[in-house]
Amino acid sequence: MYDRVENQTMLQDSAATAPPAPSPSASQPLFVPRKNLWQRFWSRSNERIGYLFILPSLVHIIAFLFIPLVFSFFLSFRDWTRPSFQDAPYIGLGNYEFLMGDNRFWQAISNSIYYTVLAVPMGMAFSLVIALVMNQKLKGVNLFRTLFFMPVVSSWVAVSIIWLTLLDPNVGIVNYVLGLFGISGPNWLGDPRSAMPSIALIAIWKGAGFNMVIWLAGLQSIPQELYEAAAIDGANRWQSFWRITLPLLAPTTFFLAVTGIIGSLQVFTPVYVLTRGGPLDSTNTAVFHIYRRAFQEFDFGYASAQSWVLFAIIFAVTVIQVGLRRRREEIQY
Amino acid sequence: MVVHNTPMVIVTRLFGYLVLLVVAGMMVVPFMWMVSTSLKAPGTEFSYPPQILPTQFNLTNYQTLFNNLPFGRYFLNTLFITAMTVAGQLVICSLAAYGFARLNFMGRDTIFVLYLTTMMIPFQITLIPLYLIVSQLGWVNTYQGLIVPGISSAFGIFLLRQSFLNIPRDYQDAARIDGASEWGIFWRIFLPLNGPTLATLGVFAFMGTWTDLIWPLLIARSEEMRTLELGLAYFNARPNAFLQPNWPLLMAGSVVVMLPVLIIYIIAQRYFVQGIALSGVKG
Repeated sequence: MYDRVENQTMLQDSAATAPPAPSPSASQPLFVPRKNLWQRFWSRSNERIGYLFILPSLVHIIAFLFIPLVFSFFLSFRDWTRPSFQDAPYIGLGNYEFLMGDNRFWQAISNSIYYTVLAVPMGMAFSLVIALVMNQKLKGVNLFRTLFFMPVVSSWVAVSIIWLTLLDPNVGIVNYVLGLFGISGPNWLGDPRSAMPSIALIAIWKGAGFNMVIWLAGLQSIPQELYEAAAIDGANRWQSFWRITLPLLAPTTFFLAVTGIIGSLQVFTPVYVLTRGGPLDSTNTAVFHIYRRAFQEFDFGYASAQSWVLFAIIFAVTVIQVGLRRRREEIQY
Repeated sequence: MVVHNTPMVIVTRLFGYLVLLVVAGMMVVPFMWMVSTSLKAPGTEFSYPPQILPTQFNLTNYQTLFNNLPFGRYFLNTLFITAMTVAGQLVICSLAAYGFARLNFMGRDTIFVLYLTTMMIPFQITLIPLYLIVSQLGWVNTYQGLIVPGISSAFGIFLLRQSFLNIPRDYQDAARIDGASEWGIFWRIFLPLNGPTLATLGVFAFMGTWTDLIWPLLIARSEEMRTLELGLAYFNARPNAFLQPNWPLLMAGSVVVMLPVLIIYIIAQRYFVQGIALSGVKG
């Protein structure tokens, strides 16, 4: 709205040598009649063609996001099992009440939390180490980056087929290598105790390149002078890492932690392709549980209620993280 | 800062290379294992000690995939679905991005904020009703069911809008004075000047669609609608507990799924890495 007005005044004042004065009397009439909503909509400064430009995406987002969102909320108050929507009675908070005492669901939530605790901190630390080395301006870094990225762009199904053979307890390469050091490796994906750590390890392997690029972007935004000043003051590398690098990486750390936790609490594909929730439900994560409840047991209403509870948990964790970060910033400055 | 080749610097560098080589080994060996296993005759894949480098060049697994199994069909399905999704995202997202970045209409900023908040909604919330809506439309087991829900994304609009905002306003004003329509400004000025960002979005959409599993899993019911990723997942799941899976064949299938993605990645690496760094900076 603003710049269109500016254009017109500039065109009218083309003869004037001085730029249009910002004084209110020159560019604006003294008395502006209040326009109603329709007049504002139909006024010349409203570039209505903009609606045409956003129309396709608006239709798409309404049809495939807003309507499903409302529909999902509505579904969670219904007892909708097969076959038809007409037979779905409204049961109020019935699904949510049942969910409170549903041990299988809470077990699945705790499995997701376990996975997150395993995968996010280790994944961030591992990729930070790679990023720190990559940031040393060594020769051939581009080649290494390409190699580290291969798992990121790979498909989860292909990756899981590869790792199913690598982690085979009898003939897999991993246990062969451990055997060379005299360690007898576990039955990785086949043992309820080691199945979830195995999935977390594979996920760390697959995501390291992605996190590394984001760490690297953060590292490159730290001014080099700070390190030079610290070196003059006699700081060693270890000290400058803890006192300069890590504090200044805080925004990146925060971003990776928040997005990592959100993503990990929703883990589905690795579970589906590697273990199908087994052995003994030890890798039955929340989204996999919801998937089974909805698309194998066709309990759409209850599964919707579960997905809203999971969303509430994720949302709460994110809000807590944002709150902690804000508080820490207030303490620092 | 001038780096002198003191012994300390040389040692740190050597140590750096050592770390990079170890990590590179961890990243690459699984893929070498995949390629070499795909070239082995079924039943000979496990030997002692394990063979990571290819010792056989047996292409029968690849022939089996395309002659005896419908991997050719899967490949064409995936190619079609991915191409349509990428094209749809580029058109729809760039149109919307121009509207949000450069046209002043009533309610623009409110609508844009609404778009941004949708990026925070987890997929599992909308998955069930989305599936029910698509099945009400009669789109289960159809190409439109696989394509249409993915042809626009709030992320793509956000990415392109940021890029469009960097184009100087003078270009737009000058074109308007010359009598260009908004469509002309969009098509002749904004699209050509934002090639790299469009490439970034295209690569992202390609990777996401090519390797997507959960949506095809719900929508592609019959064998001839499956994508490569889904076909391979089914093929992987088929053997029962008593049947040894045909690993060399599965590995050959994995190579077929991954090769196009890796080729696109190596060609468009710059855009992909840029896009990831951008997505990190915004947070």
